[in-house]
Amino acid sequence: MQKLFVPFAIVAAAMFVCAPFIILAAPYESTMGLVQKIFYFHAPIAMTMFVSAFVCGIGSAIFLFTRRSGADRVAVSAAELTSVLGIIVLVTGPLWARKAWGVWWEWDARLTSTLVLWLTFQAYLLLRRYGGPGSDRLAAGVGLFGMANVPFVYWSVNVWRTLHPKTSVVPTLQPGMRGPFWFCFLAFILFFMLTLHLRTRLEKRRAELEALYLAAEE
Amino acid sequence: MTWKTTAARILFLMIVIGGAAAASAQQPPPPRPSDPTAPTQPPSAAQEGFVPVDQLPKAQDTMPAARLVAIAYAFVWVMLFGYVMSIWRRLSTVEREMQSVSRRIGTGGRTP
Repeated sequence: MQKLFVPFAIVAAAMFVCAPFIILAAPYESTMGLVQKIFYFHAPIAMTMFVSAFVCGIGSAIFLFTRRSGADRVAVSAAELTSVLGIIVLVTGPLWARKAWGVWWEWDARLTSTLVLWLTFQAYLLLRRYGGPGSDRLAAGVGLFGMANVPFVYWSVNVWRTLHPKTSVVPTLQPGMRGPFWFCFLAFILFFMLTLHLRTRLEKRRAELEALYLAAEE
Repeated sequence: MTWKTTAARILFLMIVIGGAAAASAQQPPPPRPSDPTAPTQPPSAAQEGFVPVDQLPKAQDTMPAARLVAIAYAFVWVMLFGYVMSIWRRLSTVEREMQSVSRRIGTGGRTP
């Protein structure tokens, strides 16, 4: 990964530079018009957030059962990324909703469950920071719970009455919209992989620094 | 901290957050079509699928869509860039601190 980091970073940067032009060229949606363009960043970021929550959950499970510190480092990094991506989703969604629905926020199943998912990962990060000894295992449990929440968030639009577009939107996208959407998704997945790598490296370095301090004290 | 305490805490957190999610997800039952007193639903904004058009539809309210789109995209860029910079800054701080501690160990713990 170390060798591939720079080429992948260049590709990701190029994709993010191209993305606005590709989105601009995509057709308008018949009922929502220009504001629907938020979809090309909002939905791929939400999907990347789900991937990130899964990575955190799997890392947490591995850490809980095997006590591998590497898995814990990946989990805490993915939790932070889920939190960052989550706040983007929770801000861009209402900006779209204000024009499309006439309101900034609705306490419906999708929006509320997404907020709960984001709060779960906030709880994870707060536990890691202020939980004291043993908080890594406790946080791993929260990470598992966060991962378990993802399918509920995804299916909530199909089960409960909601204003939010259903899951059928993405598979039925017209060709002019499909290309930009998957292009942006790929760009965000690449961004996720790169930042996860960087953030995991930071955790590893912190552990090494802690070991160095212990060595210095001895 | 024992495993039992950890498990109990996890269970407690799951119950609290799960309860909050269930309570917030409770919706009133959908109105029956024959019920004349039922409130009319606002028109849904392309819930089932998106229909592409070449021209922008006529504006129906005064909220400027362009400003909302610009804010959304600017927010995404600022957040992503800010986050990458924050990781970079933290990584540089840790690397600097590591070099400093390594030097201290190298000089036998004496401060230079």
